[in-house]
Amino acid sequence: MPARRKNPHKLAIGEDLTIYHAAAQKQQFIDALAAAPEQLDIDLSGVAEIDTAGFQLLMLVKREARRLGKEARIVAHGEAVRELIEFYNVAADFGDPLLIPAHDA
Amino acid sequence: MDEITSVFVTESREQIAALESALLQLENSPGDDDTLNAIFRSAHTIKGGAGVIECSYIVAFTHVVENVLDRLREHAINADADLIALLLGCADHIGNLLGVLESGAPGPDAELAADGAALLARLQRDWLSDGGRGTGLPSVPPVLLEASGGGAVESDCWHISVRFGADVLRNGMDPLSFLRYLGSIGRIVHLETIADAMPEAAEMDPETCYLGFEISFASGADKAAIERVFDFVRDECTLNILPPHSRLSDFIALISTLPEDSMRLGEILVRIGALTQDELEDGLRQQTAAPAGGVESGEVPAAAPQPIGEILVERKVVQAELVDAAVARQKQVTEKKAAEARLIRIQADKLDRLIDLVGELVIAGASVNLLAGRTGVGELIEATSLTGRLVESIRDAALQLRMVQIGETFNRFHRVVRDTSREMGKEIELSISGGDTELDKSMVEKIGDPLMHLVRNAMDHGLELPAAREASGKPARGRLELNAFHDSGSIVIEVADDGAGLNRERILAKAVERGLAQPGQSLSDAEVYNLIFEPGFSTAEKVTNISGRGVGMDVVRRNIQGLRGSVDVSSEPGKGSRFAIRLPLTLAIIDGFLVGVGNAAYVIPLDSVVECIELDQDGGARDYVNLRGEVLPLVRLRQLFDIQGEPPARQNVVVVQYAGIKSGIVVDQLMGEFQTVIKPLGNLFRNIRGIGGSTILGSGEVALILDVQALVQRCASREAQRADGADAGRAFLAAAVP
Repeated sequence: MPARRKNPHKLAIGEDLTIYHAAAQKQQFIDALAAAPEQLDIDLSGVAEIDTAGFQLLMLVKREARRLGKEARIVAHGEAVRELIEFYNVAADFGDPLLIPAHDA
Repeated sequence: MDEITSVFVTESREQIAALESALLQLENSPGDDDTLNAIFRSAHTIKGGAGVIECSYIVAFTHVVENVLDRLREHAINADADLIALLLGCADHIGNLLGVLESGAPGPDAELAADGAALLARLQRDWLSDGGRGTGLPSVPPVLLEASGGGAVESDCWHISVRFGADVLRNGMDPLSFLRYLGSIGRIVHLETIADAMPEAAEMDPETCYLGFEISFASGADKAAIERVFDFVRDECTLNILPPHSRLSDFIALISTLPEDSMRLGEILVRIGALTQDELEDGLRQQTAAPAGGVESGEVPAAAPQPIGEILVERKVVQAELVDAAVARQKQVTEKKAAEARLIRIQADKLDRLIDLVGELVIAGASVNLLAGRTGVGELIEATSLTGRLVESIRDAALQLRMVQIGETFNRFHRVVRDTSREMGKEIELSISGGDTELDKSMVEKIGDPLMHLVRNAMDHGLELPAAREASGKPARGRLELNAFHDSGSIVIEVADDGAGLNRERILAKAVERGLAQPGQSLSDAEVYNLIFEPGFSTAEKVTNISGRGVGMDVVRRNIQGLRGSVDVSSEPGKGSRFAIRLPLTLAIIDGFLVGVGNAAYVIPLDSVVECIELDQDGGARDYVNLRGEVLPLVRLRQLFDIQGEPPARQNVVVVQYAGIKSGIVVDQLMGEFQTVIKPLGNLFRNIRGIGGSTILGSGEVALILDVQALVQRCASREAQRADGADAGRAFLAAAVP
């Protein structure tokens, strides 16, 4: 794991990552990424529900970060997010530490 | 089983038969291109059909067989006895798989699957792998040898490739729910998310779906079931489903139709396990290697996307090949249509119903005829007789529909003879004649087993080993004949061999041992030979694999008698023996000759009637008459059926003939020709000798149909008994005639 860079920019999403908020959230992500000097820490612990539109946003922000030479990391997530990331089989691509619940392990 | 499946099964069985006969032909003329093509076509047709009805296990098996056949066709390997035997085994296995399909089971059971795997392993090891033997052209690079578009890929999963349309999210449909649902009908082994279509952040619309998925999916579900998962988004997604073990070329075709970069897709397919790295490289290489014939990828990519990396620079070659394949395929379709126009497939029960109706029509027609005759109105009688004639034509035409040539049944024996002769170390040549003789379809189905028994018997007991044959001055190669012909309303099927013939002494000894004959009893050769049809009779000194297990000729005879037929044997020591099966042409309707005894009417099958004569007044007491210098034994129905009442002053004799033996049936009245619909007697009366069935007359009365065969045999045996004149004869008959 790379050493944590200094003063990571933080973004916490408080509402569900679904198509209903997708437009607003996209802007939120892009703005946060633009504002972050090197690293964006995304806190998804408040996200109870995520759908494919929300998932696309995560993909977008990851890819956009790479394009800009920055790093976007999901630092906290709920059960729903973990499940979706695993289902879509992008955990390795995202490279974020996923918290696997004890009963699953 | 739905209709399309049952058609597939029927057609495939025909294809297997064709495949088998072509393989046998190949044995005599290895390397004949026409034969090789015919073999390939048969296998290919079966595979294609199985694909249509989505029977994956048949597709998977046939596919590998087809690959071997393809190499054969390219002369990359040569057909030797081993390969032909193996391919025959494969044909059998496909037959078994069809049986599984027919039975409605979801797949072959473990044993059958293991058989199939063993066959495939042998094919793979000996004939498909490059190091395999029989690689006749070692200088040709291996990639050309597998030019049919490649072997089956190793993965046994479905491959699903789906690209969701832009609006699915907006329409409230989440790809996630479809994929989750997919998981409920099988197991998603590996899923790869493809987001290549997603543009850069500025243009990206968060409400548009940009995702696609490559999924490796393990499931017993069929293609239709998998497609149903995506029913709701069917119009809004691009869905490609490849069954397990698809051809490499199909994957390559898939890769080239998808919008993403081909190299990347190839890698993804490798990653999710649909292809191995080797397979991918192999497939790509093959595409460039200008495969020679046999590629038939369904989709010709109309507007070819970017070439598959630099490897597919020779794209043009590939395309030309695909176009050729498409043309060949179209031609195939046209040919098939033309063949269909000549043949109509009808379900057998529809035909049976038609025959039933014609039967009823015949009975009703007889009634009309009778009533019209009573009215005495000339015009009416004329009209009914015209109708009667038409009904007769309809009857004949309807029965003709059920008639099939026996040749197909005969041809099956090529294989049996080949296999058995090899097993026993004998050289046997099968000669078939009269294959175009027709008989009722239901008969053909039932005659197969008895015939098989006779053939095996002839090969096992009849024909000698080559050394023994040469020692007795015969050619080393034994000869087995199958022959069929029509004879007075029956069909005769003969199985003859030029072997040692039946051993009279041994049969007699055995018969005495079993109590079937008395020691010292004098029996004619024919009588002795026919003893082999007695229950529990086996003359083989040792029980072999092929026959002689005790379930023998008595079963054959019983089966044939069940078809209202008979079986006879004639034999000459050292020259061979000949079994003759005699069967009625049809089981349903016959032309009858109506006779009366007392108040009852009886029907004699017209085919067996030779002539009618008047019985001399003074001949009343004797059981035979002088028919133009010939002794004609008589059967008196009045006595036989114990009918009361005085016989009329003038009695008549109907002279009947069966299998060359004539006898006379004494009746009161001759009532003329009558179309007879045979109604079987109930189980209760099954063992009555001399009655073959019943029918209904125009007046509504029931008439019994005489079993001429039984009556003639009765006469013949009575004659024999009289000739013996000894009590011993009677004892034998009691045992011999059940």
